[in-house]
Amino acid sequence: MDTSTQITDASPPTPEPSTAEQKRNARGATRPGDRIFLGLSRGSGILLLVIMAAIAVFLTYRASLALSKNHGNFLTTFEWNTNITPPSFGIAVLAYGTVVSSIIAMVIAVPVAVAIALFLTHYAPRRLAGPIAYVVDLLAAVPSIVYGLWGALILVPHMNGLFGWLNDFFGWTGVFSWDQGAPRSLLTVGILLAIMILPIITNVSREVFRQAPQMIEEAALALGATRWEVIRMAVIPFGRSGVISASMLGLGRALGETMAVATVLSPDFLIHGSLLNPGGGTFAQNIASKFSEATEFGRDALIASGLVLFVITLLVNGAARMIIARRKEYSGANA
Amino acid sequence: MSNAAIAEKRPSTLRGARLPKWSPWAIAAGSVAVAVAVGAGAGLTKVQWGLISGLLFLVATYGIAAKVEGRRQAKDRIVTGLVWVAFLVALVPLISLVWTTVVRGVKVLDIYFLSHSMGLVADSQPGGGIYHAIIGSVEQVGLATLIAAPIGVLTAIYLVEYGRGRLAQAVTFFVDVMTGVPSIVAGLFILSLMLIFDMQPFGFAGSMALAILMMPVVVRSTEEMLKLVPNELREASLALGVPKWRTILKVVLPTSIGGITTGIMLAIARIAGETAPVLLLVFGNRFINNNPFSGPQQSLPLYVYQQYAAGNDYAYDRAWAASLTLIAFVMILNLVARGIARWKAPKTGR
Repeated sequence: MDTSTQITDASPPTPEPSTAEQKRNARGATRPGDRIFLGLSRGSGILLLVIMAAIAVFLTYRASLALSKNHGNFLTTFEWNTNITPPSFGIAVLAYGTVVSSIIAMVIAVPVAVAIALFLTHYAPRRLAGPIAYVVDLLAAVPSIVYGLWGALILVPHMNGLFGWLNDFFGWTGVFSWDQGAPRSLLTVGILLAIMILPIITNVSREVFRQAPQMIEEAALALGATRWEVIRMAVIPFGRSGVISASMLGLGRALGETMAVATVLSPDFLIHGSLLNPGGGTFAQNIASKFSEATEFGRDALIASGLVLFVITLLVNGAARMIIARRKEYSGANA
Repeated sequence: MSNAAIAEKRPSTLRGARLPKWSPWAIAAGSVAVAVAVGAGAGLTKVQWGLISGLLFLVATYGIAAKVEGRRQAKDRIVTGLVWVAFLVALVPLISLVWTTVVRGVKVLDIYFLSHSMGLVADSQPGGGIYHAIIGSVEQVGLATLIAAPIGVLTAIYLVEYGRGRLAQAVTFFVDVMTGVPSIVAGLFILSLMLIFDMQPFGFAGSMALAILMMPVVVRSTEEMLKLVPNELREASLALGVPKWRTILKVVLPTSIGGITTGIMLAIARIAGETAPVLLLVFGNRFINNNPFSGPQQSLPLYVYQQYAAGNDYAYDRAWAASLTLIAFVMILNLVARGIARWKAPKTGR
């Protein structure tokens, strides 16, 4: 059977209407008011789908215009020259920078966010937990450009100490070697992104931990478990999928974050072995910084890179949704 | 014999030995004192003092607790310590962010700043203001809300009141996916349309991108609120012979209007701070442009970015002041929204 009959057959969340008269009313087909209202609400649902489809179609169309004239390999070229003929641009550096900075952000933010969520649900004094949770809620609403401004003017100067220390003790690894340049590097970006996504991950994780079954926790306590053992055995197994989906939401934000990266990073088109030396770039940052000088062709090229970002975030969010499919109420999409 | 010895050592045989309640504080004070002494002696920075005292605290806690209370209790205490440390460490940047914005923002934030544009002021000069940015922000966000709020609420009504089949599933799925669309991608989408129709930047283009970002947020929060409306209310209304559409308009929506308003306001707060789409589509303007349908406009977040990019102290001052205005706006929206939510919460006994 096709979708439309299914929809019109849908009954309201009430007991099954018994008489034919009621059935007709429930279908919303008899009265013009019902028909109009159903049409309007279904129409807006369909409009949402159309918008998503349109995003994919139009980005692909403009991207194809740029890609057909690209003389470099879109995936492996280490430059972004859209104003020369023939133009040559590739996303290798951007993909590397986006992935690396997001991974750094996740590595820092997820454990801390889980710890704070546990703190708020299981450790903090009651009187403290409420207001703190409230403040964390508010912090999740601070605009990213403010984080960007703070990161560029306050965080960057404060990174010198950490970078010097990392260079002294771990410089031999190569990953943490530092040539004393301004600390506007992928590591700083990762740290700033971690700070930005911390409130979101904390919020969603806290909601999940709060719903851990009280009975099991009390049972564990009654058997003599310490608080940590209760958390390890009753709370974390229960909240694992919720924490994963919260992290994915945070990852989605980190991948697509534009302004905070654009203000903090000093970009170039090379992949550096060291995380501490400035350079590199991310998809979103590259779009924001290259946009003002871009010609129409340049804009199409930027749209092509945006399409890649779009696909990546779709995959991440799709994965997050799959993980939480069994526990729908924790999707956290409204956080 | 050994039993007697244990009974003598421990006041109650049912409980193991416990550290006194004040012991975490004592250990914390001790480790901070040692760290300060070591740090001052070796000439380390304050951050390093903090790190040393944190480490000392964890090690000392574990050692002492393991000795007195046993390994399991020690592990519990060390996790407690770690959780507290994580919380305190995370507070530092967040407090610093708010504190810096307030302290540096109030420097130039006054009535003059709020009521003048940058029209006659170069970025390198003092003076100027954000009037044009406020006008732009209000218009763009207002238009975005006018588009997104009805569509979002109607979609939520569809999902909760009508949706059953595959279409509803698809809408639910794509609403979730849409929540994760990066703001810059929404901007690029409208940009691709503008390139096709050969249009120049204008305020309403930004509104459309912001509306795309706002819709899924409104749908999700409205959905949650509609689900909270007790089914008995719907049933009572339908049983009286009220048509479904009137039931929704007169019973379901009024019951949940507080929560829906809250959701919309939180969504507004979220899009008001979006910079990336505005940067691509509205472009920025030094002058006052009251017309969102023609010519570039300014907006608050974009103003912050451009003043930061100007890169001198006067511009930084203006950027901080504009940030403070933006944060204040967002926070007030949040607080009012939560106030409404509490005041008009549907009485479901939850």
